[in-house]
Amino acid sequence: MSDYAVKAGKSNGSAGEEYLSLGRNKLIEMHRTMLLIRRFEEAAAKAYSQQKIGGFLHLYIGQEAVAVGSIAALREEDYIITAYRDHGHALTRGADPNKLMAELFGKYTGTSKGKGGSMHFFDVARNMLGGHAIVGGQIPLGTGIAFKIKYRREDRVCVTYMGDAATNQGSFHESLNLAALWKLPVVYIVENNMYGMGTAIDRASAVTDLYKKGSAYGIEGMVTDGMNVFAVYDSVKEAVKKARELSLPTLIEVRTYRYRGHSMSDPDSVYRTKQEVDEEKRRDPIEQMKAFLLTEKIATQKELDNFDEEAKKEVSSAVEFAESSPQPPLESMYDDIYV
Amino acid sequence: MEITFREALNQAIVEEMERDDSVFIVGEEVAHYQGAYKVTQGLLQKFGPQRVIDAPISESGFTGLSVGAAMVGLRPIVEVMTFNFSLVAFDQIINNAAKMRHMSGGQLKVPMVIRGPNGPAHQLAATHSQALESMYAHVPGLKVVVPGTPKDGKGLLKSAIRDDNPVIFMESEIMYGLKGDVPEGEYTIPLGKADVKKQGKDATVVAYGKTVNLAFSAADLLAKENIDLEIVDPMTIKPLDEEPILKSVRKTNRCVVVSEAWPFASVASEIGYRVSSKAFDYLDAPVELVTAEDVPMPYNKNLEHNALPTLEKVVAAVKKVLYL
Repeated sequence: MSDYAVKAGKSNGSAGEEYLSLGRNKLIEMHRTMLLIRRFEEAAAKAYSQQKIGGFLHLYIGQEAVAVGSIAALREEDYIITAYRDHGHALTRGADPNKLMAELFGKYTGTSKGKGGSMHFFDVARNMLGGHAIVGGQIPLGTGIAFKIKYRREDRVCVTYMGDAATNQGSFHESLNLAALWKLPVVYIVENNMYGMGTAIDRASAVTDLYKKGSAYGIEGMVTDGMNVFAVYDSVKEAVKKARELSLPTLIEVRTYRYRGHSMSDPDSVYRTKQEVDEEKRRDPIEQMKAFLLTEKIATQKELDNFDEEAKKEVSSAVEFAESSPQPPLESMYDDIYV
Repeated sequence: MEITFREALNQAIVEEMERDDSVFIVGEEVAHYQGAYKVTQGLLQKFGPQRVIDAPISESGFTGLSVGAAMVGLRPIVEVMTFNFSLVAFDQIINNAAKMRHMSGGQLKVPMVIRGPNGPAHQLAATHSQALESMYAHVPGLKVVVPGTPKDGKGLLKSAIRDDNPVIFMESEIMYGLKGDVPEGEYTIPLGKADVKKQGKDATVVAYGKTVNLAFSAADLLAKENIDLEIVDPMTIKPLDEEPILKSVRKTNRCVVVSEAWPFASVASEIGYRVSSKAFDYLDAPVELVTAEDVPMPYNKNLEHNALPTLEKVVAAVKKVLYL
């Protein structure tokens, strides 16, 4: 794909060169993180089909640029919180793929000792405050984290992710009202992948430009291309600046697409066509990034191939770690219920 | 020092807010209005609007916000105007507050108190007259406290605010004006400990919250017939301190449980089960439960009165376990 420069960045079609200022290391890291997410998800899908992973498994494939582009605009001390499609956010935050895969396998070495599973990834040491499985349930939590930042007068922000369908929940509207009323440093990111499970957005929401939903609360809305990591980065950077400097919330709608079904058990042929999915894949975030890195001579094809090999290796050793890890002891079910 | 239940709770909040600047209180009408039931009287003037925060009518929002704040180190006190309105925030309390520690494999804790009046008051009808402790006690991860006196209210609320778990702290509109002796100076009462409120030898009455007073009324009445009741108040419903209850039943061999909550799958049925199971050999009669009728609360005054535990019902239950 050679048209990255048109798609990258702001919608006015500005050239991608401006992102060179991020520096080679950061650009490469962003690319490798997107690759790691994709390979991790592919391995998880395989393990799920082998019944090594149970429950619900919601894959992030196609949406990698959202977690990576947004977190690139944050500092380590900033908080993030998300919904149940949470693998990408945890990996981007630097959570150990071994422990995450072990969590998917339900093992005692997992991030939640096998009690959380796919929908409940937490890495509190890295300020990743969870994966939350009730649609919209995490939005007040993220708002409360921002409340604490303001209460303690800290130089931090909280990015609160949600899916498009969550914007129809009461918790979304109550949170936006509180964040605007109390001027909280929170950035709401709606990962609009166009479907709430099998329901297309225009069958679920009276307003399909989701960024407009902030206007009822006086919250600025932004919309950005979620298949382009730089576009996401730009929008989030601007919103984070506003949160940090003015303690004001922003609602960013990121238009993205998931290549797989809602979860592993979702036959997506019921509600969308293969043609539509193929069309979306032409905007693939990883392919766009590769084109950028090659054209700008930041990396060679050989290096890109190596990155992919390394991502695959990292993921397969995570699978080995998960497989060889112990089951939680029975008595551990009584742990960590009360302090 | 004799003060009202309301004043005792107010003292607990003031003392804990002075002690720890991570404690804040949020709820409807808690600040400028000085509290719908005046429990938060004077707090705004003392601590300012950063820590005494009027919330919009948005229980799911401000309860969830407080769970989030607790996850990152603050110690919120959420005042629900009544626990009836906490139902709007049920998802935040049950799926987030109660389970966060477990789901995160112990990475997080949620030190918060959700407090307000619980149970029926006067003719508020079905949506505003329900004792919901059984629902909250059903959920692992929550602690549930239902104090029955001003002294207990103050000491338990201070412990609840210092506790690192989410605590459901249930008061009563009707009790706010009741007076009782409260010790001078600093004291706390530990969560998870029952209290034998009255020694007696003929039958054990287990009562908590508002029904403690009802149990005392029954004891006074029955004393005239030379029936000597022992009254055990669990104070904390969850975790339930069952040993003092069992110990009392092993002594009296008879047990009546009094609760304003509905009977099905309830705190009363749980206590009844535990006594029947763990003190079986000591019982001289089946355990009797005196609970609310299994009906939504009617508005009519007489219907309401009779839908609740009454003095007559408690006395009758005691006589039944005594075969009188």
